[in-house]
Amino acid sequence: MSNAKMIQSDVSSVLTLQEMAEIDHELEHIPYKSGAAIDALKIIQAGRGWVSDECLQAIAKYLGMSSEELEGVATFYNLIYRRPVGEKVILFCDSVSCWISGCDSVKQTLSDTLGVDYGETTKDNRYTLLPVPCLGACDRAPVMMVGDDLVTHLDDNKINELFSAGKTGDQS
Amino acid sequence: MGKVLTRNIEPGKAPTDMAAYEANGGYQGLRKAMSGMSPQDCREVVSASNLRGRGGAGFPTGMKWSFVPMDDKCTPGHKYLVCNADEMEPGAFKDRLLMEYDPHQLIEGMILSAYCIGADISYIFIRGEYIVAIERLRKALEECYAKGYLGKNILGSGYKLEMYVHPSAGRYICGEETALINALEGKRANPRAKPPFPQVSGLWGRPTIVNNVETLCNIPHIIDRGADWFKSLGVGEDAGTKLFGVSGRVKNPGCWELPMGTPIREILENHAGGMQDGLQLKGFLPGGGSTDFLTSDHLDLAMDYNVIGKAGSRMGTGTMIILDDQTCPVGMVLNLIRFFAHESCGFCTPCRDGLPWTRQVLEDIEQGRGKVEDLDTLEYQINYIGAIGNTHCALAPGAMEPLQSALKYFREDFERHISGGCCPYHSGRGA
Repeated sequence: MSNAKMIQSDVSSVLTLQEMAEIDHELEHIPYKSGAAIDALKIIQAGRGWVSDECLQAIAKYLGMSSEELEGVATFYNLIYRRPVGEKVILFCDSVSCWISGCDSVKQTLSDTLGVDYGETTKDNRYTLLPVPCLGACDRAPVMMVGDDLVTHLDDNKINELFSAGKTGDQS
Repeated sequence: MGKVLTRNIEPGKAPTDMAAYEANGGYQGLRKAMSGMSPQDCREVVSASNLRGRGGAGFPTGMKWSFVPMDDKCTPGHKYLVCNADEMEPGAFKDRLLMEYDPHQLIEGMILSAYCIGADISYIFIRGEYIVAIERLRKALEECYAKGYLGKNILGSGYKLEMYVHPSAGRYICGEETALINALEGKRANPRAKPPFPQVSGLWGRPTIVNNVETLCNIPHIIDRGADWFKSLGVGEDAGTKLFGVSGRVKNPGCWELPMGTPIREILENHAGGMQDGLQLKGFLPGGGSTDFLTSDHLDLAMDYNVIGKAGSRMGTGTMIILDDQTCPVGMVLNLIRFFAHESCGFCTPCRDGLPWTRQVLEDIEQGRGKVEDLDTLEYQINYIGAIGNTHCALAPGAMEPLQSALKYFREDFERHISGGCCPYHSGRGA
């Protein structure tokens, strides 16, 4: 078997056809394969929630780069997850306007309610809590994102409303 | 003054689609340019308008573009226009508004700007958390391709341009233009050494212009209505309008389009409604987390680049963060330094090691473990890290701006923390 084919079969035992097609689509407007590194990581994460070692190595092979180099890229970016996360990631803004507006005590309530601190996932695997740089909604501080949804004007009541009865954060 | 950038924007209502945008004069600038204006004609109008970059540095847009090589025989190949939509400056929330509610205005501005510099590929580099803006921009791009405003032969002019929305994978440093270019190339977002400047050697080593969202949104209006009209919008030294924002404990935090040169007092009192009951203004950062504090003595200054510069700060993004008299200035600076230390790319030592050191000293002071000599350590850091040239990029010098001005205006607060052995403000918000 040629080297190219061996690499291909190796990769395709990990990456799906759909994932490879999506990476190829990105490569159409990128002059070098490694230029799609971040796109590829995001494509894998979109379907699987995070990027495992196995996936990282497969992507590196697919893009013709070393897995060490790709790891350096993956761990640089805070929205690429190299550990499993819950069904939804909570991105909690702790930057200056939210801090002035009292986000520290809201964060405490959130942590107490969910039983997790930054970097941890709830026991039922529904939420992972992470801090995030300023979310650009400072006129509605304090704010956070729950999955894809921005939740604004946070206070203890809002946290209780969102998380006490198994609701998800789709209201703001 | 009539609204320009926000004329289609009403938060809470539906975003502007192609039909609504065109019904209100949208794509007239593009039609005008494509039916008789050369790229040079367009560049001259933008230069004459005195438009300055709205991302924070205030660099004249026309001059930035003038460094792009325009002789295609000398530099055959692609040229790129990149929109910096990576709004992450603490306290900045203006570009989100422009993208969520009027995506076509940005796209028209990008098509025209790309035309000016002869770019054939353009990217909107947008932070990944701006989910709504990403969706709306993608939908607007589809509408543009369908109408022939993007693609191989734009409005029959022979000009071709492709445009892509590129959501970022995070990190504040991506807002630095050469770091952004590295991120677009799929690499770690360490800033690049300059020169070469991106105008000559940027994305994939090709001429590249990176402009902020708000800057680009001004272009259709400037092309459509001319430089003199644009200059007449400002009430002070600078041209045009600006999105000014106020956050912190004021009655009505928000973002408003006002003439460039609007006095700070008018923004803070008339638009933001003044301080919340029971609170007094202690100071404010006029243009985001990496600008120097100003105080109530500066309220009558005009929000113009040079005026704010002469007062010892920067207009930055134009989004002010208000410090009230019951919020701890040491705690506020600690929050900012924590942010910048966390967001350092780690490439150069003063930033990678100096910012965590500064953070530790501030934590000690805030938590009542500070010593008098800690203030000397802070001064040392300010002089060392804050000097442009000692660091690889402007992140760490920017981080020193709120710290140095806090020590200047609120030194007594630092001293009270040290002499009293605790934070005198500590009231539940903590450190």
